Amino acid sequence: MFVRWSAAIAAAVLLSSPVLLQDAHAADKLTDPQIAHIAYTAGVIDINAAKQAQKKAKSKDVKAFAEDMLRDHEAVNKQALALVKKLNVTPEDNDTSKALSKQASDKLAELDKLDGAAFDKAYVANEVAYHKTVNGALESQLIPSASNAELKSLLQTGLKIFQGHQQHAEHVAAELK
Amino acid sequence: MKPGRFAAIALAVGSLSISVPARAATIEITMENLVISPAEVSAKVGDTITWINKDVFAHTATATNGDFDVMLPPKKSATSVLKKGGTVDYYCRYHPNMKATLKIEP
Repeated sequence: MFVRWSAAIAAAVLLSSPVLLQDAHAADKLTDPQIAHIAYTAGVIDINAAKQAQKKAKSKDVKAFAEDMLRDHEAVNKQALALVKKLNVTPEDNDTSKALSKQASDKLAELDKLDGAAFDKAYVANEVAYHKTVNGALESQLIPSASNAELKSLLQTGLKIFQGHQQHAEHVAAELK
Repeated sequence: MKPGRFAAIALAVGSLSISVPARAATIEITMENLVISPAEVSAKVGDTITWINKDVFAHTATATNGDFDVMLPPKKSATSVLKKGGTVDYYCRYHPNMKATLKIEP
């Protein structure tokens, strides 16, 4: 029982204080290759979530939302890849990217157990939370830490896109109730 | 063409459309980097809006009152003719943080 509770608390803590921010604070300063990796990973995570939703979602609105996420995040990541190539930067794996990926694969497994309306609700709720987390990290850590002006500008566009997605997800969530 | 000359022509065209308000005008509204500009536009019934999407993302121009819903694929533009007067707020359905207003005089 105790073990279960502490696991639940740990999960709650992870959710409420995003792993992204914790790690970012722990590190002195993120380098551009690390920032590029984190941003790209964050996009891949949402693409994978959208692919799962395309298979499992029941509601028409949720399916359409997943389609939008797929399209936008693929477009952002395509730009990100083009930029790192142009700048001759090799994205560098790091603890923040690893923690993000781990958290995301756990979430995918959790959502995989749900079906129908329960899946729709959980997917959209996670999209709201996830975009909120990424927006916080972009604003407080990734954008201020980026040294290259073009990378900074791409992250700023990314922030606007993600803020849009958060509002869109909140709207879809409200419609589901 | 010299840039100065281009600016002079642009100015001339601009002032022409201002001095002949009775004619239907074409107004350009651009979406770039998730921003709609100009954010506020005054137009008249009969005017044409050219929506220009400069982003690699799809956008929409969707009136909150349901008057129009224009799809704008990445790097594409579209036009709509204004048929009804009024102040219309519109936004992008995919990125609802993109908001702007059209003031349409009858």
